[in-house]
Amino acid sequence: MSTPILDRYIHALLQTLLMVSVSMAIAIVAGLIIAVVLNATAVDGLYPKPRLNKTLSIVINMFRAIPFIILLVALLPVTRFIVGTTLGTWAAIVPLSANLIPFFARIVQVSLNSVEPGLIEAARAMGCRRWHIVRHVLLPEALPSILGGITVTAIAMIDTSAMAGAVGGGGLGDMAIRYGYERYETQVMFMVIVILIALDSIVQFAGEWLARRTDHKR
Amino acid sequence: MSFEPAISYVPGLSQIPVRGSSINDVHDSVRRVVSGPLPDAKTLDVHIAFENLQKHYSGRKGTVTALRDVSFNVERGEIFGIIGRSGAGKSTLLRAINMLESPSSGRVRVDNIDVGTLDEDALVALRQRIGMIFQHFNLLSAKTVRENVGLPLRVAGVKPKIVQERVDALLELVGLRDKADIYPAKLSGGQKQRVGIARALVHNPEILLCDEATSALDPETTQSILDLLRDINRKLGLTIVLITHDMSVIREICHKVLVLDGGQVVERGEVWEVFGNPQADATRALLRPLLHDLPLDLADRLVADLRGQPGETILKVQFPGNGLPGGVPFAALAALGQGANLLHGGLDRLRGHAQGNLLISVPVQGWNEEQARKTLPAAHIEVLGYVHANT
Repeated sequence: MSTPILDRYIHALLQTLLMVSVSMAIAIVAGLIIAVVLNATAVDGLYPKPRLNKTLSIVINMFRAIPFIILLVALLPVTRFIVGTTLGTWAAIVPLSANLIPFFARIVQVSLNSVEPGLIEAARAMGCRRWHIVRHVLLPEALPSILGGITVTAIAMIDTSAMAGAVGGGGLGDMAIRYGYERYETQVMFMVIVILIALDSIVQFAGEWLARRTDHKR
Repeated sequence: MSFEPAISYVPGLSQIPVRGSSINDVHDSVRRVVSGPLPDAKTLDVHIAFENLQKHYSGRKGTVTALRDVSFNVERGEIFGIIGRSGAGKSTLLRAINMLESPSSGRVRVDNIDVGTLDEDALVALRQRIGMIFQHFNLLSAKTVRENVGLPLRVAGVKPKIVQERVDALLELVGLRDKADIYPAKLSGGQKQRVGIARALVHNPEILLCDEATSALDPETTQSILDLLRDINRKLGLTIVLITHDMSVIREICHKVLVLDGGQVVERGEVWEVFGNPQADATRALLRPLLHDLPLDLADRLVADLRGQPGETILKVQFPGNGLPGGVPFAALAALGQGANLLHGGLDRLRGHAQGNLLISVPVQGWNEEQARKTLPAAHIEVLGYVHANT
């Protein structure tokens, strides 16, 4: 393998890693916030606000129903406003995170909902304020499960990022399409797939390891 | 069964530091200052007052009433047991004290303050004065034993150094000093409940609520947890309100008992009174496992009339608990009739009162009912029937 080709692979890998890690960071922060709001505003939550809960839930469902490739286009004005351009790796980050925030939020919501109600009751009984319950009970108790959700989301993110080429975002997926598919360079396609499998596996194992490390339930 | 020294009844004992006990030394250092003048002796006694408490839940199948017009007082420093079958409303009643559940109508007053009127800040302050332990312990799995016990102080903004001291003293008290840095999942049920107790006591509360605290534990562990609770009640003068469906828990540590059935108070009083002379059906049903009923082999042979043949009179002698401070004299039992035999039964000494029932057989020729009633005036004597002489 000649050096320019190797450089191209490394370049694409770095673009993918940049897109995925920045989008993940955004999705984690935003998703956690949305999930906490969803959990807390539920009828039996810490701050029951059924109407807000319902509205938020519907908005999330709407976002999840839109296919990524359409979101990519639909969000172009937003992307231009935030990033200043609609082309390139950074421009891909906007639709990528927008696409996976609702997905991750739902996963975290399930994790938070499965925290045993008895623990919340005990926290209330000991004089915890509602914020303390989120901080010391809900999030720490759900952490192993949230880490599992981060793993799933990160892998979905790597998959989705393949489409980022449509806005010139580059990355491994873009390379596979342009060289492997459009130029019939099967070898490139094959190599990219191998790299993606390796990347997914690393994320999966790391995620499982972290979840195990933080789980003290048994 | 348990002998309670009179001192546990001294009102305001919780304000008196007890020397020579490690827990109380720390107690002093973090003790809240009781502000204002001491209330007069009349109001001092009542610690928790329930006034016409009602609770309705509206569900799909209409309204369910969990509590109907419940009123009673819990006095300072006593161990008050609330018993009832599942669904009787015990849990709702207990949770009304620290407002984990708010009643539909009526009031709960703690130290004469209506807890239903408190805002969040005042409620947090109230809850710091009321510890609570649970059937399933409810320890945080992601925190070590030390972090679990220290959490109530941490969220109250207490300095880490004081939290540390306090947690150490409490783990010492519950005998888990060496488990401080492990996670609750690695503990046995009894140890988990000890951590729960340490956590509940970390704020020096005046009240401890126990929600079926021993129901998930084996008999031996139950005993050790009850011993610990009794000890805490004596040493710290804490008022303890516990709910249970197990009468033996009530017998073991409670001073007073309230029987709840279908959301209503059906019986209430000193434990020895209620045990010695239960009035309500629900009470009798709950007491059944502890009563010494007629054994089956005897029941099968029991007849209403011997028709002149030789045999024995079977007596049920019930001691309701009053009038026999020195116990039941052997001589009195012997005086029931020539050849009397003790067949079955048991006596419990509850706070100085002999209470229980005995099955006694007396040969019919030696049986004199009037004589018997004179011999044991403090007992209810009932002739259950007769059995023929052994064939």
